Amino acid sequence: MSDDNVYMALAEGHEDDTRWAYGTGFEDPLHGVDTTVPDGVDAAELAALCVALGDDALVSAQRLAEWTTRAPELEEEMALANIGLDLLGQARLLYSRAGQADGTERGEDAYAYFRDPDDFRNVTLAELPGGDFAFSMARLLVLSSWRLAHFEGLTASPDPVLAAIAAKGVRELTYHRQYAAEWVIRLGDGTEESHRRMRAGLQQVTAYLGELFDAYDARDEVLAVLRQIADAAGLALPEMTRDDEGPGRQGRHTDHLAPLLTELQSVARAHPEATW
Amino acid sequence: MVSVLRHARRARHIAEQVPDPELPMLTLADLGVLREVEVGDDGTVVASLTPTYSGCPAMAEMRAGVATRLRNAGFARVEVRTVLDPPWTTDWITPEGRRKLAEHGIAPPGPAPRRVSGPVPLTLTPTRRQVVCPRCGSADTEESSRFGATSCKALWRCRACREPFEYVKEI
Repeated sequence: MSDDNVYMALAEGHEDDTRWAYGTGFEDPLHGVDTTVPDGVDAAELAALCVALGDDALVSAQRLAEWTTRAPELEEEMALANIGLDLLGQARLLYSRAGQADGTERGEDAYAYFRDPDDFRNVTLAELPGGDFAFSMARLLVLSSWRLAHFEGLTASPDPVLAAIAAKGVRELTYHRQYAAEWVIRLGDGTEESHRRMRAGLQQVTAYLGELFDAYDARDEVLAVLRQIADAAGLALPEMTRDDEGPGRQGRHTDHLAPLLTELQSVARAHPEATW
Repeated sequence: MVSVLRHARRARHIAEQVPDPELPMLTLADLGVLREVEVGDDGTVVASLTPTYSGCPAMAEMRAGVATRLRNAGFARVEVRTVLDPPWTTDWITPEGRRKLAEHGIAPPGPAPRRVSGPVPLTLTPTRRQVVCPRCGSADTEESSRFGATSCKALWRCRACREPFEYVKEI
């Protein structure tokens, strides 16, 4: 290993060529999995569902990563980055499955880096700017509760690959929900200021619940969780209003998605053939 | 036939000894991520690995490690496959693996939480865990962060000996 320049050391040839977990040129995360779409499964529907759930995860992961260096404490940065990493892993598996199911054989990068905002199918709640930490925790609580219910349902999917991805994700999402719930309670039951901001965050998030439930109706599960946590936090669950600009599932997004994707996609688009 | 079996045993032994990139005191066998090692009639070794966390960046490294070691041991054709089902849980970590973790100052996981199928379980309070300090053995410990330096670990501290330690959290 070269000692004089850390970048040279990184670029040095290794015995194997997949040592570094960043950049492009990853191996297919579903490498070697039996990827036949079973009889009776509508391949186009399966692909669309995988893309939508992959987009929710990718966009959420990007918003969570934005907290790195900006979170209240180092432990929270690690937590948020870890949660983002789990979601990024789910997105990679889902995009790979989509590319097999829609017959294009596109890899994960084609979905993440080379689609425009109109092609993204994430729910609009995921793309809103991070804003206040309390808002981010309210959003994480809602999105992880909803996704957990959705994935629970998908463990019975007739597509064995999607069922396996979901079964893996369920355990991760349980941790995400737990983390967010603890923060909502801590802030709601904290100082006057933290209570005020947590209440505002919860209020902002509830306006997007309708779009979530249209995409997958987990109304009972999500509302029960929200009620339980709001009670413990000394917060009233706000009236469900609806003022989203979506639905994101049909490619209608807020103005916040395009700048997020511009940043996310900039390097891959500047050097479309590059691997590093 | 006998030689195929012998090859398969040897290939399995080599793959089992590959260290985990993030917990290098553990082999892939200790961690419980190596599912199958088979040798085909044409001599191709097919090893199956299962990921720990969906986003675990060590997966590519594990795959490369298995392929490299098998090739270096004279197996010309090696294929490393991914298996997602059944999903890995910390229950797959062997007793030997748990012993090694504790020896290296990392508290091993307790039993993995049982996943209830159907509706989402609504109890959000964490099950009370008894995490024993891997340094002094005291059970007077507390969690400082559920998310640590790698996906699979949480940060804890011991109130008796005052040392922080890592803990492989149940999943």
